Amino acid sequence: MADKRTTRSGGFARLWNDPTVRARTFQILTALVVVYFFWTIFQNTVANMERRGISTGLGFLSQPSGFGIVMSLIPYNETMSYGRTFWVGLLNTLLVSGLGIVLATIVGFIVGIGRLSKNWLVSTLSAVFVDTFRNIPLLLQIFFWYFAVLRNLPGPRQSMEIGEMFFLNNRGLYLPAPLPEEGMGVVWGVLVLALIGAVLLYRWARKRQEATGQQFPAIRVGIAMVIGLPLVVFLAMGSPMDWDVPELRGFNFRGGIVMIPELGALLLALTVYTAAFIAEIVRSGIQAVSHGQTEASAALGLKRGTTLRLVIIPQAMRVIIPPLTSQYLNLTKNSSLAVAIGYPDLVSVFMGTTLNQTGQAVEIVAITMLVYLTISLTISFLMNIYNKAAALKER
Amino acid sequence: MNQETELIQPPAQVASKAVKGEAIIKVIDMHKWYEQFHVLRGLNLEVSKGERIVICGPSGSGKSTFIRCINRLEEHQRGQIIVDGIELTDDLRNIDTIRREVGMVFQHFNLFPHLTVLENCCLAPIWVRKTPRKEAEQIAMKYLERVKIPDQAKKYPGQLSGGQQQRVAIARSLCMNPKIMLFDEPTSALDPEMIKEVLDVMIELAESGMTMLCVTHEMGFAKTVADRVIFMDQGEIVEQGIPKEFFGNPREARTRQFLQQILNH
Repeated sequence: MADKRTTRSGGFARLWNDPTVRARTFQILTALVVVYFFWTIFQNTVANMERRGISTGLGFLSQPSGFGIVMSLIPYNETMSYGRTFWVGLLNTLLVSGLGIVLATIVGFIVGIGRLSKNWLVSTLSAVFVDTFRNIPLLLQIFFWYFAVLRNLPGPRQSMEIGEMFFLNNRGLYLPAPLPEEGMGVVWGVLVLALIGAVLLYRWARKRQEATGQQFPAIRVGIAMVIGLPLVVFLAMGSPMDWDVPELRGFNFRGGIVMIPELGALLLALTVYTAAFIAEIVRSGIQAVSHGQTEASAALGLKRGTTLRLVIIPQAMRVIIPPLTSQYLNLTKNSSLAVAIGYPDLVSVFMGTTLNQTGQAVEIVAITMLVYLTISLTISFLMNIYNKAAALKER
Repeated sequence: MNQETELIQPPAQVASKAVKGEAIIKVIDMHKWYEQFHVLRGLNLEVSKGERIVICGPSGSGKSTFIRCINRLEEHQRGQIIVDGIELTDDLRNIDTIRREVGMVFQHFNLFPHLTVLENCCLAPIWVRKTPRKEAEQIAMKYLERVKIPDQAKKYPGQLSGGQQQRVAIARSLCMNPKIMLFDEPTSALDPEMIKEVLDVMIELAESGMTMLCVTHEMGFAKTVADRVIFMDQGEIVEQGIPKEFFGNPREARTRQFLQQILNH
């Protein structure tokens, strides 16, 4: 019976039942469909643009933009080119992402370790933080911070202030801007020297530990050196730094540095939202290290802090890093929600205003996607290097 | 079980090194509760310097909990534990001092997987005893030679067999130069063919005069090296005695029942 069946299903059927042949056929079919799909889109767009008389190419980047941007890290005005708006947007995106990553990491680690605290209040507060901010959509949180909190602050005349230096109102956070005077170069020089000195001190302390067993608080002394020495020189030179303190003139403040409420809201929302996820990652990472490790360290007489630093955290990091990388990527990409409250990030000024004015959809979308891809791959690449260094060696 | 017993029989009985009258561990009417559950019910024990004690008993009898109280991995709620003249209380400094003097070997080795064998051995001497790294490494190599794996010093624990890992764990404890060694079922997680290499190291350690408290089911080991065998059940010390009497002529019915179960199968 079985023999008969095999012989009957010869030729095409036998070929079709070969797993390799079948897999190849499906792969080729899929590839053809995908290529056809993108080809159609491309043809369609090109045809549409020709009909509307829009030229393709990157020439539009050198045309004047004609619109202003509320916040820019580099000099910018509306007479400058679309190429310049691209850079303004990109730097704003990098600024909010960079600050967000740093702040979210700090808050996330504190809350994550807090959830493991034996103190009931600390662990409960941490749990409430995580469960609240992780479960509300990010866009909603951005709106909350922007419309409900920062835009509802008092006007410039009723600003909240600290020591007539810092002012917070519905137009933003005003900080004094440093104005270096003659002699500040010396202070910077001393700072660099102190940094080099601290590194040398750290190396010396390690060598001495290895040679004599004597331990030296190199990190603490180093930090004191880096902060203290330039400070002493700074004061000795008669404080060669002036502050441009913001001042109320008419209806608004002049001078100083302004952090616009759009940036504040976006940064707060991104930080808090991502920190909630990072907290859970940190907690699970620490809990993934078996209790036996803590017991073995205790039995050897290692102190709690030393155990955490030399035994627990290094092992927790290998569990923490991969999902932490995902969170960094999420934060960077989520920063494009800036468009909802008008923070001038890349998506807002380039893919929004610039695209609307020029109609160069294909080029602009492609450039923007490429930029995000580059940022994300760079973050992944850096984190992977770190991950490799922290990975466990087995076999 | 009998086969293994014979494997480690050859050195008939390791000569006792116990110094009578010099108690290095004193446990006086010690009680412990887990919430409502009364785990240890009034234990009394005096261990002389250099004495080797084997603690056995059915699972759940509290024997592991008992030796874990001796270096305060577990807290006791009533009674006294005095180790090397220092009483274990909430005083962190006392706990630190005692943990420096008491080494412990765990059932699951608990080596630090992110450090090499050598780094595992050097970590505590460097950070607790403030030994210079070079010196700590020399000491570590000495003990790694004693447990017969100096050639694995640069490897990571994950690259070693269970028996090798347990020997590293023993060397790691010895690097702190402890006065007392606690063993918490050191061979229970090992494949049968690796048990012998670990027991050999422990026998050698017993010969050197180390004070040892060992929770184990290796009755052959107990017969060879123990000065005293203690049988625990339901949180109490039911019976104790020199191995000859303990195995040859157990007094309590519970002991007889336990010995029958583990020796005859």
